[in-house]
Amino acid sequence: MKHCLATLAAPLLAFGTSSARLQSSDSPSSKSVNNRTALYGELANAPGKARERRNPFENDPEAVAAGRNLFEQHCAQCHAEVQEAPPGAIFWILTNGVVRRGMPVWSKLPEPQRWQLVSYIKSLSVPVANESLPLQRECGVTAQSSLLR
Amino acid sequence: MVFCQSSTLLVLLLLPLWILLAPALAHAQESPYFVAYDHYLEEPGSLEIEYFSTVGTQRAGNNFHAFSTEFEYGAAAWWTTEFYLEGQTTFHDSTVFTGWRWENRLRPLKREHFINPILYLEYENKSGADKILKEVEGHDVESDFLSPNAAARKEHDHEIELKLILSSTVKGWNFTENTIAAKNLSNNPWEFVYVLGASRPLSLKASASRCNFCREHFIAGVEMYGGLGDRHNFGLHDTSHYLAPVIAWNLPSDWTLRFSPGFGLNDDSHRLLFRWGVSREFSGFGEMVSRLFGGRR
Repeated sequence: MKHCLATLAAPLLAFGTSSARLQSSDSPSSKSVNNRTALYGELANAPGKARERRNPFENDPEAVAAGRNLFEQHCAQCHAEVQEAPPGAIFWILTNGVVRRGMPVWSKLPEPQRWQLVSYIKSLSVPVANESLPLQRECGVTAQSSLLR
Repeated sequence: MVFCQSSTLLVLLLLPLWILLAPALAHAQESPYFVAYDHYLEEPGSLEIEYFSTVGTQRAGNNFHAFSTEFEYGAAAWWTTEFYLEGQTTFHDSTVFTGWRWENRLRPLKREHFINPILYLEYENKSGADKILKEVEGHDVESDFLSPNAAARKEHDHEIELKLILSSTVKGWNFTENTIAAKNLSNNPWEFVYVLGASRPLSLKASASRCNFCREHFIAGVEMYGGLGDRHNFGLHDTSHYLAPVIAWNLPSDWTLRFSPGFGLNDDSHRLLFRWGVSREFSGFGEMVSRLFGGRR
């Protein structure tokens, strides 16, 4: 009977969670701030050769638009803020992730799509209101209600 | 006990409906493989629920429809854990619950490499009536599936399975090779399996506009798998093998649909295994459960 109840409980629990909406964060804990610092600090570890790579979609407005769609699909739920860095370093961290800090590798996105993402991230040079992106979860990195840079 | 089995089957039947009606929460980018695994794990904190089916032809017996519901959770960026509930209907026979399996995939390396290894460990608790054919072990052949459900379900198997997944992604192509060793814990020899897969999105660039039918949302490929005998009789003798084109459609609204007709490559194989699956990913699941129990951000 225990086995039976467990069998029923798992999908019911999943149903409950799917029906609810996640709320944006209040204030970041020190743990998540440290985690965010460590995660973005990983940008500094990008090898020189990787940092020097040029974005093949530089100055391509369509790449920025496509990158925005990709960002909203795959990144915005964890990253409500982004860090200023050379395009090659951003591409490198997208490819390799920061696995021990909760960011998965994103090489499952083909290389052109990762560069499109870089195009969008680099286009965020002016502040944009946080309402423009959904803040749904943390993933170990604080979804802070701050401005995108 | 009858209630228990009926409830389980009811859950298996209702889950696809729930998946259809559930609200959108996350975005998926799933591989098209049914049997092969690549090196991409579930995003941390995300829960993916999938219903998938295998419809198989059976010479000298009744065709069957095996079905499975999978709960896949990203425990960490380096660890994905999955739980399956499985059943099957053999036409002109009966529908039975066939068991469950729990698997774990671990990524040992921090960064992306040309070849990326993933370690896989699985425990299965299933009956002899299992026909999902998630892999073809050792000397598994088509004639093993002839027993009526009433007789086959009396056999109980407790099995562990170890897998080494080696996967590469080059110029948009994913190539993966899985080597599997499976052991029935009731004093049976280790059995061996191979799985090969290759896939690629139909377009490597994303479109600037939002669309459901853009080529980048479709990933097509092929997988090949079969048995390699067991510890006492290693090799291709008395084994079955399949070649299966695969295609996945990753919708921007978080749905993934997958289809695969698999063709038996020798006389010991089922002639056709048609597989299809529908999945949905829910991000923030771990955080939500944590909050239910008083966890803080």
